[in-house]
Amino acid sequence: MAQIFSYILHKDGVVDDTALELAAAAKKIDAGATPNAIVVGSGDSLDAVCNEMVASYGEVWKVANDAITYPDAEMIRKLLVNILPADSILLFAHEHLGMDLAPGLSVKMDSAFVSDVVDVEGADGATLKLVRQEFGGAVSAHVTCDASQGAVMTMRPGAFAADESKGAGGQVVDKSAEAGDLAVNRKFLEIVEAEAGDVDITKSEVLVSCGRGIEDEENLEIAFDLAKAMGADVSCSRPIVDAKWLPKARQVGTSGQTVKPKVYLACGISGSFQHMGGIKGNPFIVAINKNPKAPIFQVADVGVVDDMLDFLPELTEKIEEL
Amino acid sequence: MEILVCVKRVPDTSENEIELNGAGNDIDRDDLVYSVNEWDNYAVEEALQIVDKVGGGVTVISVGDDESEEVLRREMAMGADKGILLSDDAFEETDGRGIAAVLKAAVDKGNYDLILTGAQADDGAAQVGGMLAAMMDVPFASLVNTIEVDGDKLKIGREIEGGNQEMHEISMPCVLSIQTGINEPRYVGIRGIRKVASVEIPTMGAADLGVDAAAVAARVKRADYFLPDLGEGAEILEGDTDEIIEKLIELLKAKGGLK
Ligand SMILES: Cc1cc2nc3c(=O)[nH]c(=O)nc-3n(C[C@H](O)[C@H](O)[C@H](O)COP(=O)(O)OP(=O)(O)OC[C@H]3O[C@@H](n4cnc5c(N)ncnc54)[C@H](O)[C@@H]3O)c2cc1C
Ligand SMILES: Nc1ncnc2c1ncn2[C@@H]1O[C@H](COP(=O)(O)O)[C@@H](O)[C@H]1O
Repeated sequence: MAQIFSYILHKDGVVDDTALELAAAAKKIDAGATPNAIVVGSGDSLDAVCNEMVASYGEVWKVANDAITYPDAEMIRKLLVNILPADSILLFAHEHLGMDLAPGLSVKMDSAFVSDVVDVEGADGATLKLVRQEFGGAVSAHVTCDASQGAVMTMRPGAFAADESKGAGGQVVDKSAEAGDLAVNRKFLEIVEAEAGDVDITKSEVLVSCGRGIEDEENLEIAFDLAKAMGADVSCSRPIVDAKWLPKARQVGTSGQTVKPKVYLACGISGSFQHMGGIKGNPFIVAINKNPKAPIFQVADVGVVDDMLDFLPELTEKIEEL
Repeated sequence: MEILVCVKRVPDTSENEIELNGAGNDIDRDDLVYSVNEWDNYAVEEALQIVDKVGGGVTVISVGDDESEEVLRREMAMGADKGILLSDDAFEETDGRGIAAVLKAAVDKGNYDLILTGAQADDGAAQVGGMLAAMMDVPFASLVNTIEVDGDKLKIGREIEGGNQEMHEISMPCVLSIQTGINEPRYVGIRGIRKVASVEIPTMGAADLGVDAAAVAARVKRADYFLPDLGEGAEILEGDTDEIIEKLIELLKAKGGLK
């Protein structure tokens, strides 16, 4: 089987949680393999990242380059094409850098591409057997990938249990000299930080969270009423922010806020991984959804199958009576 | 500016419960309501707004069967000037890379400054835009949530974690994949649809595009669908509404959910 490489995400010397998840995924692809890691960046912290990764990877390919102080996908794609052996199996985290970089990389490497992989069932020769989800997690699919000419894959963050064995005893290999020409037609300018909102939902202990099931802007009132009765704050899923019904600062999820409440009431929310990815600290999750097959019921602690537009006002009333 | 927007016809998940068919090898496609992929609608709106500001035209394009025509027409009712349907039996069993190859062949027949795709479609692959850019050898940016035209360059924002935004300058031609929320797509009324009902939509097949079998041979294939078994799942509260509420209030009290 071809060599497997994981692309390591890191920031200010801190390695992302996905680094060890990718190591686990690599072993699921090929139990006998010692996967390799690629660490790209600049500055002093790069060595710390590489030294941490030798515990979990065989070879840690370090590419130090002053042009890549910010991880710019266009440049990194060129760099990877320059340094990687053809036919490799390359693993990325399915997040905003991986999404920017990986599909195009597969074309440039002439490899197969599979995104947002949630499980690996093994390999049959050069055919990888993978699991994905479709329709926002409503159904799963077995997918086969012909990796005979290599493969590029993005793996869902949190889907693979981190490989904490740390017994790889690897070594750092400096590949910086092989980076080659990195000129691109896209220039990174700056990061614009999110605006602070009227409430800081990251501090809330109890959240009443609304999704697309709220149906109409006016209906938000029933969520605010319930939140008031409970002493909670109102948060939401992305479509509510897209519709401009609530400010971005109230959005829970990978592209919104990471919240750590004690109790989370998910009302009319289907339970996409991007939404659930913003809920940490293992809260008590109550799902209120009119579709008994909504994926949220797989991850919630308690479920109520009902129309939230009827249920929430009744719940509010009963709580107010207490 | 000439803008091409790639659009896909997908089952509308807000209108349908997605379920498996009896054999478990596909979703149950009977009675599914289809519509344009949510992300693509934002992409078309963005293209229309850019052209309103700087002039030019918007073409919408789709790889699909005859029924994809209805989606093209809907986007033309929004204001797109032209629609192109890419359809051939040879495209049916292909993968994302094949779709990108077909789109690339069509792009080569036009003269576009900017190509927009949605960030992702129904199967959440988020792949076609980035692949198309790589095949065209032009720059790409994904998850774009602002676009500002500045001569022959664009200043764009990409959505990253925590609601933060990554700003870039990108030269044209380029491919951008559009994230939801970038704008508020305009409403399409029945009258708008009627207006474009008889506009001809040219169809191109593999031979017209010069796409050979190798270009659309799938390396990635779906074997089957199944329902995931993610452990125990939620305890569903049963009874009439009063009983459910009573149980829920007890649980909320116990877990610190009531102050
Ligand atoms: C790169 C990227 C980043 C993303 N980041 C985020 C993020 O940070 N946060 C986020 O939330 N999403 C994010 N998303 C979007 C995410 O993929 C989903 O599309 C989104 O979470 C769906 O929101 P929802 O559950 O409210 O809507 P839907 O998936 O449409 O679900 C609505 C649910 O409401 C139920 N319902 C409908 N009517 C009623 C009613 N009257 N009563 C009760 N139930 C009802 C339905 O059965 C359904 O289950 C991101 C997507 C991408 C591609
Ligand atoms: N069959 C298709 N025809 C036209 N565009 C498509 C097609 N499939 C995908 N796309 C485009 O690629 C984007 C991302 O889709 P995907 O990579 O399939 O998740 C979509 O939002 C569309 O813009």
